[in-house]
Amino acid sequence: MTTTVAETEEGTVSPYTLSHLDSLESEAVHIFREVAGEFERPVILFSGGKDSIVMLHLALKAFAPAAVPFSLLHVDTGHNFPEVLEYRDRVVAEHGLRLHVASVQEYIDRGALRERPDGTRNPLQTLPLTEKIQAERFDAVFGGGRRDEEKARAKERVFSLRDEFSQWDPRRQRPELWNLYNGRHAPGEHVRVFPLSNWTELDVWQYIAREGIELPEIYFAHEREVFRRAGMWLTAGEWGGPKDGETVEKRLVRYRTVGDMSCTGAVDSDAVTLDDVIAEIAASRLTERGATRADDKMSEAAMEDRKREGYF
Amino acid sequence: MSTITAEELSATTLLRFATAGSVDDGKSTLVGRLLHDSKSILSDQLEAVERASASRGQEAPDLALLTDGLRAEREQGITIDVAYRYFATPRRRFILADTPGHVQYTRNMVTGASTAELTVILVDARNGVVEQTRRHAAIAALLRVPHVVLAVNKMDLVDYREPVFAAIAEEFTAYASELGVPEVTAIPISALAGDNVVDPSANMDWYGGPTFLEHLEKVPVSHDLAHCHARLPVQYVIRPQTAEHPDYRGYAGQIAAGTFRVGEAVTVLPSGRTSTISGIDLLGEPVDVAWTTQSVTVLLADDVDVSRGDLIVPTKDAPATTQDVEATVCHVADQPLTVGHRVLIKHGTRTVKAIVKDIPSRLTLDDLSLHPHPGQLVANDIGRVKIRTAQPLPVDSYADSRRTGSFILIDPADGTTLTAGMVGESFASPEPVKDAADDDGWDF
Repeated sequence: MTTTVAETEEGTVSPYTLSHLDSLESEAVHIFREVAGEFERPVILFSGGKDSIVMLHLALKAFAPAAVPFSLLHVDTGHNFPEVLEYRDRVVAEHGLRLHVASVQEYIDRGALRERPDGTRNPLQTLPLTEKIQAERFDAVFGGGRRDEEKARAKERVFSLRDEFSQWDPRRQRPELWNLYNGRHAPGEHVRVFPLSNWTELDVWQYIAREGIELPEIYFAHEREVFRRAGMWLTAGEWGGPKDGETVEKRLVRYRTVGDMSCTGAVDSDAVTLDDVIAEIAASRLTERGATRADDKMSEAAMEDRKREGYF
Repeated sequence: MSTITAEELSATTLLRFATAGSVDDGKSTLVGRLLHDSKSILSDQLEAVERASASRGQEAPDLALLTDGLRAEREQGITIDVAYRYFATPRRRFILADTPGHVQYTRNMVTGASTAELTVILVDARNGVVEQTRRHAAIAALLRVPHVVLAVNKMDLVDYREPVFAAIAEEFTAYASELGVPEVTAIPISALAGDNVVDPSANMDWYGGPTFLEHLEKVPVSHDLAHCHARLPVQYVIRPQTAEHPDYRGYAGQIAAGTFRVGEAVTVLPSGRTSTISGIDLLGEPVDVAWTTQSVTVLLADDVDVSRGDLIVPTKDAPATTQDVEATVCHVADQPLTVGHRVLIKHGTRTVKAIVKDIPSRLTLDDLSLHPHPGQLVANDIGRVKIRTAQPLPVDSYADSRRTGSFILIDPADGTTLTAGMVGESFASPEPVKDAADDDGWDF
């Protein structure tokens, strides 16, 4: 009972069909160029994590052979992995980019933020981020967020308007029709832009492999001193772990995400190449955030609540 | 999934599709089954759903909690907005626009369908084609979604009887083809029992077609480029002005339709200046030919004035420019659209001032009858509008190009996206279905 006008030709692929990675790449480049064409002061959030690294790679391709017309912004929690900071500074220098840093430690030192009892600094990033956006008058802020990461993010628009307090109101989002993105905003407001919205974790890794993009070493299996907390392997270090009763052991691990050391867990892994990593992720029964992020487990709406306040 | 190699995975294509369905016809179950059977629901997500369900006192895990991402949705137990979901099989990657089915959310189905290559319309086998089904078919026809799947669900509740399915499929296909839907594939399924969703059903030997997932994997996503008008909206001018590239001046954009070749004579609209393509860069790599939907940078042989908002087209196939646009629109904002409303129109990469000159009719989706001169369109209304633009726009008919035949209207005061627009005739057929009692006739 199939009524088909156009016959499906099985096994034949038109030479004009784009592969899924080419489609995603083309769409992301289109988003970068729309922002360059419509905004005055865009900035790319750059943590040195794989998603922001892919964003930067796409931006480089989008404007080649000219330079990327955006600066970078890193929200520095003060609990960063040293390898990631080293990577960040090297990439910035290599491409002649301008880096802004919003420092959580600085806010704590001058008493504007208080350390949380659980030691995690992830929620503390929101204030330095939003104040930096206001101070620098950024009107478009690229984030590496993907809709596959989390159910609140699945509701996120590619162009997401934030009010003068950087707040997200999921009930007042603009519908996104065709590829006609609406970047209108009032002075003081800004737009968060997510060029990787339609990518999955696997897409990101396949793209990294295809393009031969270099990553910080912590994404590949290495021996590290870790301890167990709330079901995660956290890195021992000056940031405040381990506490009494937590024991450090040396394990072969790697990271699926890069964030604040206090809440980003490592996974047991022997994946040392990109192919190993891709195979490991394809077989994993855990999501990226479920496996490695302690802060998302705090409540059912943890991400939605943080996003409402201005988190990326 | 773990048996697929990296090369196999990156060679796959991408299908964007949208679901539509009334409340309680099993849409969540179908989505849940697709995600589950393609390993897209991982154990930590399931555990979170189990925890949340248990804390609400529910005995079984409520799979709707998996997809209802917002606090307000979980509180009310309804889906209030489009969500995008991702899954993959060895053959293809999928982006699913999961749209709520309530009638008041017509705008959400329009949003989901605008980027979809395929729309799934669910019906309950016990109820057959109902008003809501006809609404969904009409929207799919208006948005010119290339492929429509009629999923006749809950076949288990009609004893898997072939005549039930055949009657529904026949009624729907007749209705849809009158609206000009180019292709309908009807599939009898039970999302709950799993019949014909991923695995062929043992209960319906009489059905010889593909399962739902097989069809999604095989439906063609490439376009017949030979018959497409080539269109490149200029997004951004790339001028490095470096020692290495002192004279490079490239026009960057995503090809909206068709194919462009080096050496081709082109016209820049709206100015009408002509030149020849001297080079095409595909993200840094020179190529001889590029096609939709590649993001490219085009170099021209002559130093013509080109800027963001312009449209590059083949000289032999240029659209007319006009300041008077007639279109079918879906109003998506809470504030109404009225005659005399001053708006911004975003078409391709160009945004210009415009005024709503007339709203000749509003469409009643239930029976496709027309309400003449409604005076205004409110949220979720579909109607015809006439718009006068401050500058000429090179618009195509939406029937020819979903990209260069579409636009949005924006409120200049607060930036709200007001309206989704499709230029030209509403439905593909010359004589669309109409209510016998409707005297207004079809003026669009």
